[in-house]
Amino acid sequence: MTIAVVDYGVGNLFSIYNVLERIEAGPELITEPEDLVGAEGVVVPGVGSFGRCMRRLSRLEGALSEALEEGTPMLGICVGMQVLFERSEESPEEGLGWITGEVVRLPNSVLVPQMGWNTLSIKKEVEILEGIGEEDFFYFVHSYHCVPVDRSVLAATTDYGLEVAAAVSRDNLFAVQFHPEKSGQKGLRILENFVRLTKC
Amino acid sequence: MLARRIIPCLDCDLGVPQGRVVKGIEFKQIRYAGVPWELASRYYEEGADEIVFLDITASHERRETMFNVIRTTAKNVFVPLAVGGGIKSVDDVRGVFKAGADKVTVNTTALKRPEIITEIAEEYGSQACVVAIDAKRRDSPGEDRISVPTPKGESWFECSFYGGREFTGIDAIAWAMKAEELGAGEILLTSMDRDGTYDGFDLPLTDGVCKRVRIPVIASGGCGNAEHIFEVFQKTGASAALAASIFHYNEWGVDEVKRYLAERGIHVRI
Repeated sequence: MTIAVVDYGVGNLFSIYNVLERIEAGPELITEPEDLVGAEGVVVPGVGSFGRCMRRLSRLEGALSEALEEGTPMLGICVGMQVLFERSEESPEEGLGWITGEVVRLPNSVLVPQMGWNTLSIKKEVEILEGIGEEDFFYFVHSYHCVPVDRSVLAATTDYGLEVAAAVSRDNLFAVQFHPEKSGQKGLRILENFVRLTKC
Repeated sequence: MLARRIIPCLDCDLGVPQGRVVKGIEFKQIRYAGVPWELASRYYEEGADEIVFLDITASHERRETMFNVIRTTAKNVFVPLAVGGGIKSVDDVRGVFKAGADKVTVNTTALKRPEIITEIAEEYGSQACVVAIDAKRRDSPGEDRISVPTPKGESWFECSFYGGREFTGIDAIAWAMKAEELGAGEILLTSMDRDGTYDGFDLPLTDGVCKRVRIPVIASGGCGNAEHIFEVFQKTGASAALAASIFHYNEWGVDEVKRYLAERGIHVRI
């Protein structure tokens, strides 16, 4: 097995699967905790509400946590990034809490959701952002955003009238608020970067 | 800063095996434009920010053809794909998502059964639920209508359904506000008076909706050139502009439109 895409019954995994197949990452949709054993990389997608994602993800929490501790590269996407935090204003359910901080609603001063293409402000050099510049656009669609306590996890932010966490990284854990699988060639580049990490 | 989006729209007739893209004028006088996935790939290469497919046949037996169109497109096109026409239930939504769509647009069904908006939003998130409104300008708004100043005097806008074939009596601007409340993530607002005319977007209608909702609005209907898109972005709060004919018949490339806008200070993805 190469890249495990966690299929925990939320939303639409076709796009991410399709792109990983296209870049020859050998994706496999997995639903059971034991399927994570031996995965070279793990992608945690997520759409819909935080609470719903957490309720469905909880049975895989132990297996995901083990994979992470073993050093398997892991990539959270959209709500798959938000669930890495401790909690969200959206739902009472607790998050995975792997990153200290919370997820809060975008303020009323801006249109919610943020829907569309935005650029990044790069905060640190990380492997998954290799080849990505501040002039490149990525497709965002979200109503809540992550606020890490330790800002050193921030790999990139985006400007939506306020600073929004766009990418975080810590060791082998990566996550992006935008959708790389829907962000044209530059999005594919990010996924290729991630896949390359899993082969190291 | 978030870029304004340019969205080519493909009206699909699925009565032939691969489907075909057609375009009408004021919802009539249909003209053939090309094969759906080929046009979609071209627009993607040119820098389209999103692609919308509308099934104008919308009959049950043609659903398989639409799935094929989406599946083929999604293999090469890595921007969001929205699909509409004939969506009647969350099961239908599941079908188009499984084929590779990222958003659905609902129109007739939502007017007849508004709860479907909430059902889609709960299952797939608000961002996946676009409410499409086909609006027709009407004179002399009464007390119960949302009145908008237009060059033709104070007007209100009426929602149509069944692809413009029937009218509902429902106030389009009030319906947009209601749709937001029910969980819609975006409004695709088409002016029936302008659709296919090349006369430019209906600015009073677009402005009237943008000022009353806090979700993104896609302006649609009437785009005849890049200047029209510039105008709708400059004069209204529209987040995106949708166009069909100017792209289908090679009058403008998506890239040309974007360069035109960028030169005039509109923030777009290039």
